[in-house]
Amino acid sequence: MIKFFKYFTIILTFFGLTISTAYSDPKKVGFIYIGPPGDHGWTYMHDQGRIHMENQLGGAVTSTYIEGVPENADAVRAIRKLASSGHDLIFTTSFNYMDQTLEVAKEFPNVMFEHATGYKRADNVSTYSARFYEGRTIIGHIAGHLTTTDTVGYIASFPIPEVVRGINAFYLAASKVNPGIKIKVIWAFTWYDPGKEADAANTLINQGADIIVQHTDTFAPCQAAEKAGVLAFGQASNQEEFCPNAHLTAIEDVWGPYYAARAQAVVDGTWSSTETWHGMDKGMVVMSPYNAKLMSADLIQEAINMEVAIKDGSLHPFAGPIYNQAGELVVPEGQNADDGMLAGMNFYVQGIDDELPQ
Amino acid sequence: MTNLFPSIVSRPQSSNIMNILVPIIAIILTLITGAIIFSLMGFNAFFALHIFFISPISSAYGISELLVKATPLALIAVGLAFCFKNNIYNIGAEGQLTMGAIFGGGIGIYFHDTNSFWLLPLMIIGGAIGGAVWAMIPALLKNKFNTNEILTSLMLVYVALLILDYLVVGPWRDPEGYSFPKTRPFSDSGRMPLLFEGLRIHIGLIITLILVFISWFVFAKTIFGFQLKVSGFSPIAARYAGFNQKILIYIAFGICGAFAGIAGLAEVSGPIGLLYRDISPNYGFTAIIVAFLGRLHPLGIIFASLIIALTYLGAEDAQLFMQIPAAVGFLFQGLVLFYLLGADFLVKYKLEFKKSK
Repeated sequence: MIKFFKYFTIILTFFGLTISTAYSDPKKVGFIYIGPPGDHGWTYMHDQGRIHMENQLGGAVTSTYIEGVPENADAVRAIRKLASSGHDLIFTTSFNYMDQTLEVAKEFPNVMFEHATGYKRADNVSTYSARFYEGRTIIGHIAGHLTTTDTVGYIASFPIPEVVRGINAFYLAASKVNPGIKIKVIWAFTWYDPGKEADAANTLINQGADIIVQHTDTFAPCQAAEKAGVLAFGQASNQEEFCPNAHLTAIEDVWGPYYAARAQAVVDGTWSSTETWHGMDKGMVVMSPYNAKLMSADLIQEAINMEVAIKDGSLHPFAGPIYNQAGELVVPEGQNADDGMLAGMNFYVQGIDDELPQ
Repeated sequence: MTNLFPSIVSRPQSSNIMNILVPIIAIILTLITGAIIFSLMGFNAFFALHIFFISPISSAYGISELLVKATPLALIAVGLAFCFKNNIYNIGAEGQLTMGAIFGGGIGIYFHDTNSFWLLPLMIIGGAIGGAVWAMIPALLKNKFNTNEILTSLMLVYVALLILDYLVVGPWRDPEGYSFPKTRPFSDSGRMPLLFEGLRIHIGLIITLILVFISWFVFAKTIFGFQLKVSGFSPIAARYAGFNQKILIYIAFGICGAFAGIAGLAEVSGPIGLLYRDISPNYGFTAIIVAFLGRLHPLGIIFASLIIALTYLGAEDAQLFMQIPAAVGFLFQGLVLFYLLGADFLVKYKLEFKKSK
């Protein structure tokens, strides 16, 4: 028995030493994921960002993550665990970690926190998000050209501003090239549920949609579209390999450069609390390669031209005049919707034949 | 020549000592299997088990977190024992928890700018009523139409979750929350007071311990507890003895729902502080494992809730320090249940290799 304890202590000391020698020098960066990195969507792209950051900074940082953290009281413990185990910088990568991130940040003033897609900040809490809606403008334009039934199916997650903004940007661009286009929206009330997402896609296809757009995390809708012989857009990452005959393009979230820059700031001691909302111009939103099997060369060129115009600011996804469903002018002609309106957007634009869940 | 397949023979009498030992054997077998799995994954088994089961509770904060996690599990599991002892398979505790959070939390949201000592007790009562009302539906359906309570109680879980969804997206949404799906925070007097400064363990622990003790008293010392047991063992005998099975069903469901409702309210007014759609990490379902692991006995349930809570915490530490996927935690829960049911079976039955004629 004594022998056993000796053995046990030796092993523990050994591991203790390796951990302390290996991690004493580089900065530790921790990530909280809502799903598994293998979702090939939202979490996958954050994990790609983490790997990019490690490669960029070489030995200056090490990183760890905790996956599948529910957006409830458990999140506090998971975030706190990262903070109390010597992490210097912590990224919490889902909206509903907001209050939990702030709660832990208050207790660890010397640890830096970065919360994705939230709006509450503190001295040691930054927020960051991407202007995904810029990509919605481009896929709206493509859908307007390609639909033959004039019906697009849209799988939405939650009626939060980010998602509503995406639907509006999509519709504004689509109706510009095809004024008769209709959007059918299904609210899945989930970010990650392959079964539910596929069901929603099939329902929309049965209702006559010949293009499927999604604001959920998996490639299940795209696969459902492939099976039914209709078109689809990927979400968060390039999902073409899962549905090569349906996938037109995808709106990719590219976090790597941001993560590398923020980690570098911690290494250099220059980190400060900021609010970041980057789009295509900074490379945080990227369009996947356009599918030449499904799109004409002209249409691909139009999409690329739109990317350029969005980057240089000559095309704004929310350029006036924009009316809401009640017919009231919300953005006058000659103006663009400001970030305040975009951040809190909770209305549909005129022409969308759906009611926002209230 | 012996038969290849043994026949299953019921033991005339199952040993009392074995009945108590079964959960312990199941846990030991789980640890051994876990050690083998960790070794196959290329980790040192002792180190891995240490990370999994010791390191999460090696600080005051860790112990407090264990109790935060174990408290709702124990409370719901004790409530479930009222049903399971009577052979009523209420597996909808998650829905009853959600309804408790809605009723109690609704009171908290209505009085969000009130600071008064009566607010929290009112919310707790609301939580109990909410859970009990939701549990009455499968009870009523079973008594009136003889429906299968496993199905009805389970389906009502999803109904409850959708109602919560509707409320936080719609009428109860925080008007200052940028239309994100969550409610206003409760006022300070609508929150469970913390037991220690800086730790998250709250007064819900005390409430749970009191309710568990009362349950033990009811099971062991009252005629009602006896009635539950008898009608569980033999409904016909119970009917001859003049017990009203229908009333027992209402009461068992009611108590179970009330306990789950209080657990739900304690979760939202404890660590969370407001309502949103993702309030429970499936406590209502996990509590079923806890109830059986604890042999439906209040004391056993307390131990079982601590062990299952530890598998959650251990899974987080294992990810952090060993980069092991989160699913390993669920693997341990599954292993415990698997060995428990297996050992249970072997206590009641034995395998005989009979010589064929």
